[in-house]
Amino acid sequence: MSGAAEIAARQARLAALLAAGRRGRWPLRLALAALALVLLYAAVHVGLIGSQFLDGLPRLAGAAAMMLPPAGFEHLPEFLWALIETIAMGLLGTLLGALVAFPLALLCARTTLPLRLLQFGFRRVADSLRSLDHLIWAIVFVRAVGLGPLAGVLAIAVVDVGNLAKLYSEAIDNARRGPPEGVRAAGGDAAEVFRWGMLPQVLPNILSATLYMWESNTRSATILGIVGAGGIGYQLADRLRVYEWGQASLIILLILAAVYAIDFISAHLGRRLIEGRGG
Amino acid sequence: MSGSAPASRFAPLLIAERRRGLRRGMTSLIAFLGAVLLAAEVAGFRPGLLLAGLDRLGEFLALMAPPIRAGHVAEDLAGWYWNIGHWSWLLVETLLMALLATALGTAGGALLSFAAARNLTRGPRLYWVTRRLLEFARAVPDLVFAIIFVFAFGLGPLAGVLAIAVHTLGAQGKLFAEANENIDMGPVLGLRAAGADRHEEHLWAVLPQVLPNWISFTFWRLEINVRSATIIGFVGAGGIGVELYDALRLNYYDDTGAILLMVALTVFVIDDLSERLRLRIAGAA
Repeated sequence: MSGAAEIAARQARLAALLAAGRRGRWPLRLALAALALVLLYAAVHVGLIGSQFLDGLPRLAGAAAMMLPPAGFEHLPEFLWALIETIAMGLLGTLLGALVAFPLALLCARTTLPLRLLQFGFRRVADSLRSLDHLIWAIVFVRAVGLGPLAGVLAIAVVDVGNLAKLYSEAIDNARRGPPEGVRAAGGDAAEVFRWGMLPQVLPNILSATLYMWESNTRSATILGIVGAGGIGYQLADRLRVYEWGQASLIILLILAAVYAIDFISAHLGRRLIEGRGG
Repeated sequence: MSGSAPASRFAPLLIAERRRGLRRGMTSLIAFLGAVLLAAEVAGFRPGLLLAGLDRLGEFLALMAPPIRAGHVAEDLAGWYWNIGHWSWLLVETLLMALLATALGTAGGALLSFAAARNLTRGPRLYWVTRRLLEFARAVPDLVFAIIFVFAFGLGPLAGVLAIAVHTLGAQGKLFAEANENIDMGPVLGLRAAGADRHEEHLWAVLPQVLPNWISFTFWRLEINVRSATIIGFVGAGGIGVELYDALRLNYYDDTGAILLMVALTVFVIDDLSERLRLRIAGAA
């Protein structure tokens, strides 16, 4: 058989194989086409396709130019204090949320609450806490406890309860059945089954979920000040409102530094607590 | 002899083992508690203030739902949701904003993810620049971008879409790059040996391996962006948030409650749908 003929034969076979795979795909293609149309409509509706976008670009470049170099270093003590407040809000909110989320997670997990209807109900409670953004809760809590970081702590904690209860209960449901059964077979009661069969399995996941939420909550805490719930967001929104671009960019740089620092600490803690445990 | 005897024989051994670790961790624990107490002081965390607030919170929540009389449920609901047509349209606009921003940000993040993956990038300098760019886009909150974009593009949903898109680009770029770094390089090297160029390598060797992960990340990001789109209007960047902020600011309690309920239900439904699709795709992969 000549080389060219063999290549042609193999190409034909490959094409046939690929075509067979594609045949069942028309519902997917229809969905993608519909999605493309919706996106096109959205792009026209918001003004992305049109003069509004093009006219704004030079103004955006102007704003970016005005942000350099960062300015307002005489306000640095005030900014740093607000930044410390932000970090404190993230830490307290996460901790408070985790403390409430843990017992709630036991009620949200199939393994620890075998009554399906009740377990489903608790999971819905956790979901409903997650479905409103931090900023909305922050406004609500500003009404309740007044302007200041306490409102921000509570807003972070409420959403955190929802997120962590979900993550914790998933960790519990994904745990292997063997160890708890082993403890039960060895004569352990329910508390012992949980303490020695379940907890060692889920604790690493719980810790890493909590650290992840801590990072995420610190980011959220940086903007809660926009509605008066404490932290650096107040200064940032205030400077941007009066077009103090240099000071705004200094605050953004401080936020970036704080976010990196927390990510770094969280990664370090994660390595120490989760991977290096029992070493 | 009690039934738990064998388990209790094991427990002391484990406890002793744990105690050794615990002693080592004691210093860290004290440092942690110190940090928490300091944070409580800084954040003005007072139990008294909290308890007083609980009352006012209940009051506020009660104000947000008008009384629904037993005999006139339909009328009272219609009165509460007097502006449901407008609010529904704003919710649709909010969802469109989230969808468009997710699409734009994901497309951008996907393009940059090749340069930001250590195993696929063209060179260390490009890798470094792309990574820093993605970090910047991710670390600045979308609400901050929104305030700046409102200045540039004016009030309305365009600023919100762009703000969420930039943040999405940073988040997706990082996650996609990490998925790219975890691929099996065999197919890439095979195509390269067969004479494929860089784009063909990405399209036929990388994409088939990472696509299930990418899709799953995208649905997850969509859930996050729907939430963001509901509040990006607080700074005038379009969607239901504009209306919600006005209702809150002007103390229109009934309207606030009505809108909050609609927002919560919408996010709830989107989360549920998205999670189902995500799990189905993860199961099929």
